Amino acid sequence: MLTAILLTFLAGGLAPWAARRAGASAGWLFAVVPLALSVYFASMLPRVSGGITQVTPWVPSLGVDLAFRLDGLSLTFALMISVVGVAVVSYAGGYMKDDPLKPRFLLILLSFMAAMLGVVLADDLIALFVFWELTSLTSYFLIGYKHEKDESRYGALQGLIITGSGGLAMLAGFLLLGNEVGTFRISEIVAQGDAIRASGVYLPAFVLIALGAFTKSAQFPFHVWLPNAMAAPTPVSAFLHSATMVKAGVYLLARMQPALGSTDVWFWTLTLVGSATLLATAGLSLVQRDLKKLLAYSTLIALGALVVLLGVGGTVASEAMIVFMLAHALYKAPLFMVAGSVDHEAGTRDVTALRGLGSVMPVTWTVAILAGISASGLPPMLGFIGKELAYEALLPALLPLVALIAASVAMIGIVGQVVVRPFWGRRVEAPVERPHEAPASMWLGPLVLALGGVTFGVLPMLLEPLAVPAASAVYGAPLDFYLKLWHGVNLPLLLSILTVALGLVVAFAWSRFQPALEAAFGGVRAGPAGVYDAFIKGIPKVSAATARRVQSDNLRDHLVIILGFAVGLVGLTAFLRGGILIPADALVMPSGTPYEWVVLILAAGGALATVRAHSRLEAITALGVVGFAIALVFTFFAAPDLAITQFLVETLIVILVALVLMRLPDGLLRERTGAVHRLLSGGIATVSGLLLAGLLIAVTAQPMDLRLTEFFNAASYPDALGKNVVNVILVDFRAFDTLGEIAVLVVAATGVYALLRRVRKQPPAADQGAPGGPEGGP
Amino acid sequence: METAVAITVGIVFGSGVYLVLQRNLMRFIFGLILMSGAVNVSLFVAGRLTRGAPPLVPGGASVPPEGVANALPQALILTAIVIGFGLVAFALVLLLRTYERLGTVMTDELTERLDDPKPVPGFGDDDALRSDGAS
Repeated sequence: MLTAILLTFLAGGLAPWAARRAGASAGWLFAVVPLALSVYFASMLPRVSGGITQVTPWVPSLGVDLAFRLDGLSLTFALMISVVGVAVVSYAGGYMKDDPLKPRFLLILLSFMAAMLGVVLADDLIALFVFWELTSLTSYFLIGYKHEKDESRYGALQGLIITGSGGLAMLAGFLLLGNEVGTFRISEIVAQGDAIRASGVYLPAFVLIALGAFTKSAQFPFHVWLPNAMAAPTPVSAFLHSATMVKAGVYLLARMQPALGSTDVWFWTLTLVGSATLLATAGLSLVQRDLKKLLAYSTLIALGALVVLLGVGGTVASEAMIVFMLAHALYKAPLFMVAGSVDHEAGTRDVTALRGLGSVMPVTWTVAILAGISASGLPPMLGFIGKELAYEALLPALLPLVALIAASVAMIGIVGQVVVRPFWGRRVEAPVERPHEAPASMWLGPLVLALGGVTFGVLPMLLEPLAVPAASAVYGAPLDFYLKLWHGVNLPLLLSILTVALGLVVAFAWSRFQPALEAAFGGVRAGPAGVYDAFIKGIPKVSAATARRVQSDNLRDHLVIILGFAVGLVGLTAFLRGGILIPADALVMPSGTPYEWVVLILAAGGALATVRAHSRLEAITALGVVGFAIALVFTFFAAPDLAITQFLVETLIVILVALVLMRLPDGLLRERTGAVHRLLSGGIATVSGLLLAGLLIAVTAQPMDLRLTEFFNAASYPDALGKNVVNVILVDFRAFDTLGEIAVLVVAATGVYALLRRVRKQPPAADQGAPGGPEGGP
Repeated sequence: METAVAITVGIVFGSGVYLVLQRNLMRFIFGLILMSGAVNVSLFVAGRLTRGAPPLVPGGASVPPEGVANALPQALILTAIVIGFGLVAFALVLLLRTYERLGTVMTDELTERLDDPKPVPGFGDDDALRSDGAS
């Protein structure tokens, strides 16, 4: 399985190179990849009931493996991805025939296919998350394929933000779950459903994972991104945004049902969210007249139905979910491709501008009718079986049942708009001069898929080897059932008849109420779409306001915060935890020579005088006193090298300070600070001084560990032939440190020179108007 | 004696912190100088004070005699002094340049002066200023 996924990625990587050589037939060429995958997965059918596991270590230290597991549910999705993939890739070859960016498109499309296979095959939560995010990312690139258009960029970003945020929530849920169970292996987690439901992490983990699923599968109120994703090229809409990627959320819920399902929270969350999606999107679909938007809303209806079925749970609902989903893939992808063909050959997707295309595009219309009957849930199609099962499963739950019936009515209306209205009539109406039939590449794939819907509808037993293990995996225990087209006259059938009757009314009335509804609600961006826009617009505002408050452009504010925290927090902790212990005998007046006392008093007094200095001369003098006093401290306490260096450096600093100060006006030293700030900085300064002095006293009261010094003393002469231990340390034992120090000095000197070079230059009075930049020369 | 030096270090360091927290960049640099001196001496004190016995190997011997001063902190401080000097030198020149371009050394005025510089006349290369102002 890993090989299959990697080979698909590899094929994607080869796509740009191969597509350029294959030219017009690139679509056929690359359809071989999903075709091979279809054959591979179909060959797994007989072996799938027990599940096939394959583990490759990935990050063993974190317990993350590239574990894959093929069971009924995974196989159903894998076949859906690869079979629809064949149709989509071959269709894309014709649809994008003249597009110079086709190689790039194929690269991303095949990468998506590999990632999507990873999602449904992964048996490791972390691996699943990685593949999941890869599908979001490839979806972003595919929606934004026509990147020069505003709506493409908007749709791409919206999809990425919504599904990406949900993905992060899902990751948090995965980590909670994995932590609780002690493994990230999905098959092991699913087996411990009772323990998980009893644990405290159940609720947060469920909510987070459900957020991931709802955003990915575009459930209310996250549904807004899916209609906007229709900015993508039609093959993408058919593949990602109806047949596969948007079902990843449904897959995740189905996969997790044995672990997280059969609780009240699960039931109410899924049925309410699913019902809200059904009702909201059924209502919103009535406003549309763009073929792809109409289909997007019908996809949302199907996703809502799948979520409701998962929420209700049980044997019939599990069967219904699998059959409904397969039927949806087999009719929705062809419908999208039909919409794309109409757009491609007739020049528009606006249903109000199209008439009579049936006479010029007979094959496309045939595909549309076959798929449309299945979409309407009429016999003898697979869509009928799926809808009957769904009604039967929802009989005990009134709200979802009513929502599904309402949505199915809208679905029939949508089918009327997509399948009948553009094709019906004798007189051809279209924006282009002579609309004509699409090429074979653009009807063969959809035709095969639509015929699949018929075949499995008439002979549903053909689907049982796949549907039975899949429904068993959803249910969490082995199921045994038979699919039948005709169940006799029962309540679901009566509900179906009611649905069709209402649906026909909606379909016929559509052309009357749609313009009025569009006029009333078309431009309204209230609800979730408005929230999203406000959110996106709000981010820069909030961050700007935050930055203005937190990121002051005043150095002093930053330093007050940094030093205040360092002194306050560190000091307080050190004192409270007994980090600073000052023994009594340390405070006994120490013995020192008078010289030493004078020097120390000079240092302290010089420092205080610097603080109080108001003129340049005062400041320079006071600074010099401190520096030279420090040099004397080094002299008294046996550090001649330090003393020499300090004398030299101090002299240089005094000269430098004097040079700079003499260039600044004398009044500049004055400080105009408010009393509050003086008090604040005074407090921080006092505490920091006390803290440092206290720390030093406490440190020097402890016994000294001289092992390192002893090593240097002993090794200095024998190893380095140097008699000055300090120098030997600097140039031998720590030579690289010294090299670094020299490098720092060189950098500083270069900086100083670069800055001073401009200062030294006198303004040339003669050529003031002459052109010549600041880099004109030395 | 360590205690007395430690208290002195505390005073010098505190003065430096106080200066660093001022609006005036010139005083900020004074604070930097004081702080770096205080930190050097605090390292020195932490290595203990020894009078009159520098860590040298006398002629003919291969190790220094017992009781010489601690060589390790001295080596560390030597590096620190030099680096501190580089820092101060760079900061000083930067300050000079800032004053020249913007006409102020007050931290809270720097940002507004970036939009409305008041260069100091007769102070270095005015043609650079002029070309910036024209663009």
